[in-house]
Amino acid sequence: MEKAFEIIDHTADVGIIAYGVDVEELFSNAALALFSLITELESVDEKLHLDLEVSSEDRDSLLVEWLNELIYFFDVKHILFNRFDIESLTHNELKATCYGEDFDPMKHKIKMGVKAATYHMLRLDKTGGGYKAQIIFDI
Amino acid sequence: MARWQGQLIKIDDYRWKIPESYKTGMRVPGLIYASKKMLESIREEQTPEQVANVAFLPGIIGYSFAMPDIHWGYGFPIGGVAAMDIKDGVVSPGGVGYDINCGVRLLRTSLSEAEVRPKINGLINALFHNVPSGLGSEGKIKVSQKEMNQLMVEGARWAVKRGLGSEEDLDVTEEGGCLSGADPSKISDKAVKRGMPQAGTLGSGNHFLEIQVVKEIFDSHIASIMGIDEIGQVLVLIHTGSRGFGHQVCTDHLRVMEGAVSNYGIRLPDRQLACAPIESKEGKDYLAAMACAANYAWVNRQCIAHWARESFSKVFGKSSEALGMKQIYDVAHNIAKIEEHAVNGHNLKVCVHRKGATRAFPAGHKDTPKRYKEVGQPVLVPGDMGRCSFVAVGTEKAMSESFGSTCHGAGRVLSRSAAKRSINGRDIVRELENRGITVKAGSIPSLAEEASQAYKDITEVIDVVHQAGISRKVAMATPMGVIKG
Repeated sequence: MEKAFEIIDHTADVGIIAYGVDVEELFSNAALALFSLITELESVDEKLHLDLEVSSEDRDSLLVEWLNELIYFFDVKHILFNRFDIESLTHNELKATCYGEDFDPMKHKIKMGVKAATYHMLRLDKTGGGYKAQIIFDI
Repeated sequence: MARWQGQLIKIDDYRWKIPESYKTGMRVPGLIYASKKMLESIREEQTPEQVANVAFLPGIIGYSFAMPDIHWGYGFPIGGVAAMDIKDGVVSPGGVGYDINCGVRLLRTSLSEAEVRPKINGLINALFHNVPSGLGSEGKIKVSQKEMNQLMVEGARWAVKRGLGSEEDLDVTEEGGCLSGADPSKISDKAVKRGMPQAGTLGSGNHFLEIQVVKEIFDSHIASIMGIDEIGQVLVLIHTGSRGFGHQVCTDHLRVMEGAVSNYGIRLPDRQLACAPIESKEGKDYLAAMACAANYAWVNRQCIAHWARESFSKVFGKSSEALGMKQIYDVAHNIAKIEEHAVNGHNLKVCVHRKGATRAFPAGHKDTPKRYKEVGQPVLVPGDMGRCSFVAVGTEKAMSESFGSTCHGAGRVLSRSAAKRSINGRDIVRELENRGITVKAGSIPSLAEEASQAYKDITEVIDVVHQAGISRKVAMATPMGVIKG
């Protein structure tokens, strides 16, 4: 994959398009894109890790739930992540280890507060070279 | 994004109809309140398509309405109003939005611009210090799990009982600051965890606290009942909602509704319109949870108003009573309410979704507070930080036409990144300072996103709802001090 993700413009909010050679990479890149909206990814070091399990009805909503789970951990535990190891992924369940560190206002610049991943204009498609997903966030 | 090419039928200078025939599946037509000029910018995005999509929802009555401040939202447009028959209609979390009971509270003061201007820096600093704001800001009130359950049920009264404000504040708050039917057992542990540390915080994004100066009074009789007596008088406006708590409630219940849509065989043109019958378990659970979040938001604005009063009191060395800091009103502009409305000559119980729209009940209505019984419920319409805000009142026309609803604000026209590009590194704080507006923000980049040019001109929005008769303008005020998260 040449690029992991890109940011798209939306009047009131902001969206991402994530790419992946497989669905695992797609989910990982979507999470990276999310944290790239929140902070400078380069400023985050791997100091802790967290195991997450997410389930949902189908793969599209699993992607939304996965991102909402990460938003929850940032909002409540103030953890910034910059690497995601997707250990298992079915059409409705995901297990991952997420690496990052606690938010430090002296070290990390917060670019925007992302409050929820939405179903609005949600797309998850197979492309010639892999997978592509579009997600709009409420900020 | 592609320009919307659909059909709009002119009803009069301020009303435009999307006919039911526009799209198979629409149960009612769409009705957009706008001037011809505003319509051009509304067509620039697919917003009218969202107005048409809302018309698909089961039980919708009359029209899928859009106020002149509409812009593109998720599922519902922001600035959308939809009323559903509670017998066979649905409730949709997307018709309320993520920030449940985002709203506005306005306080009057007896201070004049001339008295406040020399102390504006001290005042802004005191407010910035006293009112927690910004991303991840945590409240000064520490709320335990047990207290969280109480405040979800009691609303603003919970804060008043703790000395943060007075009974009089509750009298002039929509629903008395407490929406009935709140049930904390419908709230997830996650929502509680997000909500506990954020109670009593302003937040970030488009939320703000403003010190304003009255610049124009359109109706001096109504204004005087509100305590707005003269040009140059200082007001305080608070705009915030239910923070991460409301977002989690919306996220949790959208997920439940996703499943409900197929269970109830509802056909939707957009997944974000997920909904369930009002009388179903899913529908009732959402309304009970939404009421918890609405009450949380009223606690939030109640606390912030109290700290704003304390800050004034400290800077001016007088009690807030001596400074005349009475609340004018508090409105919710992201909410769904069960209300009675006359439909075809019959009184009908409906669920009115107001997403970026304000209740605008007329004089004499049972839910219009006593103080405003003769003039109509106050409607508070904030503009962007460089322009102005309006106070209006509800009307009979709103009651008979738009389920007692009107506009809520300016409405964005530029995306956040486009707004930043338009600022192009200019010193927005200094520019505002030069115009007599002192700004203090947690984040300067996010301040650029909120620049004037990112929003519609609020004056045009207000003129449309005033001319259309769904609210009546009373006064206009401009900012002199702004706190942004």
